[in-house]
Amino acid sequence: MDAVKRYFRSPAAVIGLILLLLVIAMAISASLLYPRDPLALAGRPLVWPFTNPRFLLGTDNSGRDIAAQIFYGARISLLIGGVATLIAILIGILVGAFAGYYGGWIDNVLMRITEAFQTLPNFVLLLVLVAVFGSTLSTVTIAVGVVSWPAPARLTRAEFLSLRNREFVQAGKTLGMRDIRLILGEILPNALPPVIVYASVVMAVAILLESALAFLRLSDPNVASWGNLIGLGRDVLRVQWYVSAIPGIAILVTVLAVSLVGQGLNDALNPRLKSR
Amino acid sequence: MSDPVLSLDGLTVRLPRGADRSHALSDVSLSIASNEILCVVGESGSGKSMMANAIMRLLPNEVEIEDGRMMFDGHDLCTASPAAMREVRGAGIAMIFQEPMTALNPLRTIGDQIGEMFSIHTRLSKVEINARVIALLDDVRIPDSTAAAKAYPHELSGGQRQRAMIAMALALDPKLLIADEPTTALDVTTQAQILRLIRDLQQRRKTAVLFITHDFGVVAEIADRVVVMQHGVIVEQGAADRVLNDPQHAYTRQLISSVPPLKAPPPRSLSGKDVLSIDRVSKTYRTGGFLGRGARVTEAVKGVSLHLPRGATLGIVGESGSGKSTLARCIVRLIDPDAGSILLDGKDWAKLTPDQVRRETRHIQMVFQDPFASLNPRRKAAELVAQGPIVHGVDRAVAIAEAKRLFELVGLDPSAGDRFPHEFSGGQRQRIGLARALALKPDVLVADEPVSALDVSVQAQVLRLLAELRQQLGLSIVFITHDLRVAAQICDLVAVMKDGAVVEQGTTAEVFGNPQHPYTQALLSAIPGGDFTRKRDSALV
Amino acid sequence: MRILSLAGRRLAASIPTLFLILIGVFLLLQLAPGDTVDALMAQMGGGDAATAHELRKFYGLDLSVPAQLANYLWHLMRLDLGFSSIYGKPVATVILERLPPTILLMTASLSFAFFFGLVFGVIAARGVNRWPDTVISTFGLIFYATPSFWFGLMAIVVFSVYLQWLPPGGFEDIGTVQTGIWRALDIAAHLVLPTLTLGLIFLAVYLRIMRASMLEVLNLEFIRTARAKGLDETHVITRHVLRNALLPMVTLIGLQAGTMLGGSVVVESVFSLPGLGRLAYESVVQRDLNTLLGIVFVSALLVIVVNFVVDLLYARLDPRIAAEGS
Repeated sequence: MDAVKRYFRSPAAVIGLILLLLVIAMAISASLLYPRDPLALAGRPLVWPFTNPRFLLGTDNSGRDIAAQIFYGARISLLIGGVATLIAILIGILVGAFAGYYGGWIDNVLMRITEAFQTLPNFVLLLVLVAVFGSTLSTVTIAVGVVSWPAPARLTRAEFLSLRNREFVQAGKTLGMRDIRLILGEILPNALPPVIVYASVVMAVAILLESALAFLRLSDPNVASWGNLIGLGRDVLRVQWYVSAIPGIAILVTVLAVSLVGQGLNDALNPRLKSR
Repeated sequence: MSDPVLSLDGLTVRLPRGADRSHALSDVSLSIASNEILCVVGESGSGKSMMANAIMRLLPNEVEIEDGRMMFDGHDLCTASPAAMREVRGAGIAMIFQEPMTALNPLRTIGDQIGEMFSIHTRLSKVEINARVIALLDDVRIPDSTAAAKAYPHELSGGQRQRAMIAMALALDPKLLIADEPTTALDVTTQAQILRLIRDLQQRRKTAVLFITHDFGVVAEIADRVVVMQHGVIVEQGAADRVLNDPQHAYTRQLISSVPPLKAPPPRSLSGKDVLSIDRVSKTYRTGGFLGRGARVTEAVKGVSLHLPRGATLGIVGESGSGKSTLARCIVRLIDPDAGSILLDGKDWAKLTPDQVRRETRHIQMVFQDPFASLNPRRKAAELVAQGPIVHGVDRAVAIAEAKRLFELVGLDPSAGDRFPHEFSGGQRQRIGLARALALKPDVLVADEPVSALDVSVQAQVLRLLAELRQQLGLSIVFITHDLRVAAQICDLVAVMKDGAVVEQGTTAEVFGNPQHPYTQALLSAIPGGDFTRKRDSALV
Repeated sequence: MRILSLAGRRLAASIPTLFLILIGVFLLLQLAPGDTVDALMAQMGGGDAATAHELRKFYGLDLSVPAQLANYLWHLMRLDLGFSSIYGKPVATVILERLPPTILLMTASLSFAFFFGLVFGVIAARGVNRWPDTVISTFGLIFYATPSFWFGLMAIVVFSVYLQWLPPGGFEDIGTVQTGIWRALDIAAHLVLPTLTLGLIFLAVYLRIMRASMLEVLNLEFIRTARAKGLDETHVITRHVLRNALLPMVTLIGLQAGTMLGGSVVVESVFSLPGLGRLAYESVVQRDLNTLLGIVFVSALLVIVVNFVVDLLYARLDPRIAAEGS
């Protein structure tokens, strides 16, 4: 439990954790605080923030409560970010583990495919996927996951490549272990920490990707998402800039929280001065 | 004695809080005169490298000089300003390091890096600097010095890189040269050449040399005076002859007696039956190349034939790149040999399918070199040892209980099974590795450099354990090592490998007492401190 | 020469990757609801089934999928990317028209991010764990977390609406005809905000990598050698650390080329720049699948070219690379 102690010793990591818990609390409490549909008409359009106690953060161009959309948006961002990350990491570990452990032609084929995914700009691929499969919440989530797996795959592969020739893995082989046991029991537990840390990067990017898609009005229009709101606010940017500004800050805080937690995990799990 | 070039007086260096002890060096006093080589000997953690860094004032962050004086050239280096220190470094005191590959900037040429010495401390022109660099490289006897100056570090061999480092250190004729384990990373024949070179240059230039080493063989080879260190304290110092032949402190005596003798122990009677016989085994690597072009072919093992009588220990010795490790891995089928047969109890291992190998693997087990890398850091010790039997179908509880019994066998506390590998010392970890291999009750044990990563005193203990177990369990052992002294101690038979082929083999007494092949002769004569060891051995008899 | 052939070999190895991408995306687009003809008919305001059938025949869309794919690849060999029914021009022409703003934007953002990432990374590493490091690292984290389109919008509010220093969008002032240096300056003024917007997140990435890589190199043995020679800290950095620390940065350019091109889709939309990214967005909205496929091809090609240049650069910086190929 040294790792936990090390984590809480870093102020940045603690701030990140607090911010993240705050966003999670927002997501959980959204339906308690705002039982009405966040996308329903609530009052006069374009009420400035802090002028009407009913709409603490004001209303958007069509008179919907911005605060409610921010709270519900936390759900969407965390949901899409979390599930897409899970998809990306799972595919990444699977591809990376096989490529790294077996090498040879398996590695060649898998790495060619990974390379293809990395050569194609991920946002362009995202556009293609959305153009083909439409933009419901689930397709967007899966699409974000599918464009994000190459980096974790490369990372896992690199870890496997260095670990598979490590003497303790060779020792396992001489004891007569099967490949699957070597991969799951010996190598994976040692390869996992950096991949888990990298998941925070994937999640941060996933949240940013979805919000960019929503901003371009290519994500699900039927849910309250921060990106949607920023896109909406663009029409009234010259005067009522707050409509775009507020959800942007929400995204910034969430991504910052995720990155800080990731960095904290990294420092806690991979202490710089490892005693050999 | 002439005026000392450098004298340390009560030098004390504090370690940051949380380190395993409070001080890296405590009250260290010594002096070096010009034209003498002072060897500082100690095992890992003795503080000997920290002393070198302290003299150069290049200590890591948070490690500080707490007390004492370091007089060099009439000034106390402890209180010298950073600017004054920079003038001393390189020009007054120069340094060479253990690993010349990492000690040289990989992106700049050798000549450039040597020339930098002149551009820092002198106002010589570029042309003059170039001429000096070439002269220096000639001085350290690098073949084709002009080409070497233009080469990048990765283009030279380990020995040549160390020569270049020496050329760099001696560029400005420093009064003191600090050599921090400069030959530890090198092969034994290269080591002998570099030692001779340092001795030579030192005598010609009357330089004072502070030579840091863990190897008493090297001390016997090169030292004028010796300082023995343990846990940051000097336990003994004096003239080399005196310390070597009449050590006063118990620790010094222990270190010297840990240096393995060069003579084979009295031969044991060997069984007439081979448990393992290897016949014309070959392994070739093809690396690089695209569509068949530019491929590099390395013949790692070339038609090697060897026999291991039941209950005997066969040593395979050779320098790095000789193919000895590849051969070991072929024997246990971590690597598939290209050709030849490996008969173990009549069964040809070279022809088994991977599935059969998995099933038969309990007959032949391996012990690895690095006690840190060979144990999965995430498993407890008892589990590590029990893994083999569990894989082969033994009930988990039974296997763990058996593991604890094995702990006792290899001299570990049975209750230590619940600890993780990082909680053990290097020697203890190697015992765990041994227990893991023995858990499957193998007929043959392949040990790949099992003691090379250990301090000498620990080395001796592990070797003794191995010899005991061999007797007790009737083990047959293939023992891979680069260290002839280690081989002499434990092996009944020895095969010498060079460039993938066996150049000489026979009983240990034959090969060591009357080597036939010139390469074997070269290896034996290159052993540092050979004369001293031989003299000591004969005195013991 | 050896470096060139090495990078050339890597370039040749990326040709299968390119085909893999094209075939994959081509097959993917077959799954899309509606095809070019549907889009065309919608554009024309509807039409009967017979016309649709005629058009499909004309565009070769009545063939089987493998035949269409073979057709497409065969045309591609002759650099024919097909016809965009929306723009009424060959796809290649449409893309070529849109390429310059994107390339300009990418080059500018990359230079901006690389230069300042390097400088701030070095400053942060030299003052590690002291205030310059804390300030720089904090800003780096914030920049990294900022959605680029949002930053762009806020920059427009501040610099175009309130301060009125810079134009809010477009590639150049269409109202007045300008030539030579004045036109260049006008375009530059239009590109300031997009460059900052696109570059900011990469600045954060480069800064972080540079800082980490500096710290790592500073811990290597040969730095101790350099200090033991009597070199002062400034020269240790310039002569021994910088070039070694640059290697991961250079690698990153290649890895990030695709991400940057993707980012330009959003940034070009924010600033209404008539570039490749905006074209990609438009062709998705307008279901112009032929153009979309063309963009996929060209952007993959761009990434491959960037990586080729990065390979050359890397091999120049690191002599060990050339040795590996021999």
